[in-house]
Amino acid sequence: MAAIVFGMLAAAAVVTFALRRAYPARDFHELVLRTRSWWWMAAILFGVLALNARLLLLLFGLLSFWALKEYVTLLRTRAVDHRALIWSFLAIPIQYYWIAAGAFVMFLIFIPVYMFLWLPVRLVLARDPAGFVMSASQIQWGLMAFVFGLSHLAYLSRMRPLPAATADGITLVLFLLFVTEMSDIFQYVWGKLIGRTKIFPTISPNKTWEGLLGGIATTMALSLAVRFLTPFSAVETLAAALLLTVAGFCGGAVMSAIKRDLGAKDFGTLIPGHGGMLDRVDSLCYAAPVFFHYVRYFHG
Amino acid sequence: MSGIFTARLRALVQILFFVFVIRPFVTLFIGLRVQGKEMLPARDPFVLIANHSSHLDTVSLLSLFPLRRLPRIRPCAAADTWERTRWIAFLSRTLFNTLAIARRNITAQTHPVRRMHEALARGESLILFPEGTRGNGETMASFRPGIAHLIEEAPDIPVVPAYLTNMARSLPKGEWVPVPFICAVRLGRPLLVAGTRDEILKTLERAVLELKENV
Repeated sequence: MAAIVFGMLAAAAVVTFALRRAYPARDFHELVLRTRSWWWMAAILFGVLALNARLLLLLFGLLSFWALKEYVTLLRTRAVDHRALIWSFLAIPIQYYWIAAGAFVMFLIFIPVYMFLWLPVRLVLARDPAGFVMSASQIQWGLMAFVFGLSHLAYLSRMRPLPAATADGITLVLFLLFVTEMSDIFQYVWGKLIGRTKIFPTISPNKTWEGLLGGIATTMALSLAVRFLTPFSAVETLAAALLLTVAGFCGGAVMSAIKRDLGAKDFGTLIPGHGGMLDRVDSLCYAAPVFFHYVRYFHG
Repeated sequence: MSGIFTARLRALVQILFFVFVIRPFVTLFIGLRVQGKEMLPARDPFVLIANHSSHLDTVSLLSLFPLRRLPRIRPCAAADTWERTRWIAFLSRTLFNTLAIARRNITAQTHPVRRMHEALARGESLILFPEGTRGNGETMASFRPGIAHLIEEAPDIPVVPAYLTNMARSLPKGEWVPVPFICAVRLGRPLLVAGTRDEILKTLERAVLELKENV
């Protein structure tokens, strides 16, 4: 798998080089930055896998931490939310502990049941009703998307090898990441090339029907090439790719709406050319839980 | 601080503390964004001034410096807070190299401006929060006159303005556990300020506020 990814990155480098030679007047700075960041992200992922697959939990935990951090920074929080916010960050190590311990039910209910019941109580203890609903809902949404949603990547990585297949949790995570990121990239590429009809310009001016459909088609075709990572039949692979693309698209759209509402273009500056961590993992927040349950339903 | 606990040992402890605790904390937990790091003068002494709203302010500003410069960087800390017990005084001097400033019971010997001049004369740079206390992080209080007094008598010392954002959101007054909001520090061009005390005060206040407005 590493060979495929780095091969594609090398191909991207060749294409970028050719584009710069062909159109010396045009500015490819962002493209160069974006591809360079992809090298880094791929190197970190495969480096962690080569070192010790259990470290993936730490990597995904840091992903949740940084995403939640970028999200709450943009929020209009109140001073009295301080303690509730501390609790929402404490939920990250607890949630990943359930995963490390293999406590499946706690992994599923800790955030939607216990944290969701506790956070409003902690806000009540701050004794300020003005803005209560706003604070409670925005903090809970952050936990849902960036801790609960993203942590499905980690639980998926710990799935046992499936009978009669070469696939295990790690290869399924690679499939999920590869397909979701390819769909992001090709929706962007098709949108730039032939994008005309905007889907919801008030939310995101870059999302077009041409981009979405082109992205779906390309991603489905590419997914067949990495079917060896999964226990799926060809039809199941295509369906998974469709599901991941649509879920990822929805995740990206929701995060765009959040940025629009909070008046920011990007969530941060962590990943050059991409923006913040959240600008890269937005689609995964949706794709990961949906894919997790797809796998469990058909091959659980 | 005498006997075995020499200045060199103190500096070593501070550097280890910064390598293993403060630097990782500022990079990974606070996620400090720095703009204009090149504005920091390469040579001591100078005075770094900033708005003040959190204990994280000092930590963040100190983390901007290369480790070997730390022994010559003195954050000015209120004696009534940071020297209120012998242990607190020991820890803040050892780990942060603080210069204690008296806010009450001032005598000629403990006069804040005098202590700062002595430090500058030794070639040490100062980190100062001219508001005199931590604010709410939204509005900056007007500067106390001490800074003007200091600069009036040391007009050849460059003053570097800095503006810190989100520090009070992360760790406001009265809280002890920080929330990891992304914080930022913005540094301005070093200034050589002259004039009457009033003029100096206004110039410095404006220099810090300009950095806020340009964010």
